[in-house]
Amino acid sequence: MSDTSPAHRAAERAARQSYGKLVAYLAARTGDVAAAEDALSDAFAAALASWPISGVPQAPEAWLFAAARRRMIDMARRRRTSEEATDRLLLSVEEAAAAVDPADVPDWRLRLMFACAHPAIDAAIRGPLILQTVLGLDAAAIAAAFLTTPTAMGQRLVRAKRRILDAGIPFRLPDRGDLPERLDTVLEAIYAAFGAGWPEPGGLDARRQGLLDEAVWLGHVVVDLLPEEPEALGLLALMLYAGARRAARRSTEGHYVPLSEQDPALWDGSAIDQAERLLQQASSLGQIGRFQLEAAVQSVHAARRSSGRTDWAAILELYDGLLALTHSPVVAVNRAVALSETSGPATGLTTLDELASDPRLATYQPYWAARADMLARLDRRASADAAYAQAILLEPDTAVRRFLEQRRAKIRPSSF
Amino acid sequence: MQYMLAIYGDERSAESTPREQMTEIVNAYMAYTKALQDAKVLVGSNRLRPTSAATTVRTVDGQTKVLDGPFAETKEQLGGYYLIDVPDLDAALVWAKRCPAARYGTVEVRPIWVM
Repeated sequence: MSDTSPAHRAAERAARQSYGKLVAYLAARTGDVAAAEDALSDAFAAALASWPISGVPQAPEAWLFAAARRRMIDMARRRRTSEEATDRLLLSVEEAAAAVDPADVPDWRLRLMFACAHPAIDAAIRGPLILQTVLGLDAAAIAAAFLTTPTAMGQRLVRAKRRILDAGIPFRLPDRGDLPERLDTVLEAIYAAFGAGWPEPGGLDARRQGLLDEAVWLGHVVVDLLPEEPEALGLLALMLYAGARRAARRSTEGHYVPLSEQDPALWDGSAIDQAERLLQQASSLGQIGRFQLEAAVQSVHAARRSSGRTDWAAILELYDGLLALTHSPVVAVNRAVALSETSGPATGLTTLDELASDPRLATYQPYWAARADMLARLDRRASADAAYAQAILLEPDTAVRRFLEQRRAKIRPSSF
Repeated sequence: MQYMLAIYGDERSAESTPREQMTEIVNAYMAYTKALQDAKVLVGSNRLRPTSAATTVRTVDGQTKVLDGPFAETKEQLGGYYLIDVPDLDAALVWAKRCPAARYGTVEVRPIWVM
């Protein structure tokens, strides 16, 4: 997708919005995600070829729906292997067509997301599956973000779709009682997609960069369809806060800039304002959760825009809450960092020491970077040097590595 | 869609279960079976004799042999099943969670592949 003319972008946006809706609707009616995708991707390609020239049709969904339906019927006829399966597919496609006014296809994308993030689907493939089925991203683009090969990603996606069909995973919203837990898996999957797009700002792979926007867009879809779910609002706020700092993460020379040294003037103010509104809306619903707390931490950081300082005591309190909720070692490290700001590096280091036995942290770069920083502040240079070495070894991003090397050089006098 | 709820558990620990507790378990299964019947989702169900009663037929080097014992030694063994007819996996999982075996052992939910 190298064409970025406004006409093409408008066509792509309209087509994509309809693409996910139509995949969701057709897949829900037939149970066969792969067949719905095949049909839609043809229709989508035809739309991208003709809409930039002829303009986006008045009823884009009707256009795509008609094209996809023709294609599904063709495919079913050509597939001679199983007549019964063909008949069933044809029947459900016709039913689907008859059941709705194609100009007004019901929005079942959330149902599709719930199917993709079903507990019966491997947790690691849920995010990629949602990106593919709802947004139409190809396996190669997803594979780049999730650090695997297109072939391996493609196979895992195919298997997951097969499983949805064979196991009879339903396309519907979970019952009220199950909703919080099930929604959580959907939000986790979206956040995984966001995380996969996060590490390389202005990086080598534009598709990976684009994943941030895709994940935020999915966050909007969930919030639009479930406006009363505080955690969905919290996740969207969290992604908007983090995304707002995208441009500030690198200096004009391409150097890594840590959050504490970023110029708030480079943050996207309107995204932060939007995040603040979402977070307020979430907290008014009176049910705290992981994503809201993480968004609240980002909100405190964002407040530096106006106050010029960071309220670490507030951040520490939020991490206390998060730790009690998640018991995550990642949260524990962040909490220790906050503690080192409120009570000094010695206290922070003691807390990190208490975590050292967790094997998951041995290969977690931020743990070693935090440790190195606290040791350096305590002037324990030899230990700090060793911790920096470990952090540098674990960091895949060259800009961040260079930053850590500079920090390390500062505490390393020539006589050392 | 039809699903088989395959019930797995440790036979040996079942042998040493006190009588009183055994009665409790049996009652729980009877109530569960009745609930499946009342909901009109039960297609069939059976208990299996322990693997000590199992005989296995297997072809080794082109020769079909009859072997005493189960097909594999495992920590938990298949002890019975329920065959149910429900709309989708979620409905099957709701029933699987209610099955007494979900408390005492493991329930594997497998869709039936219609022949």
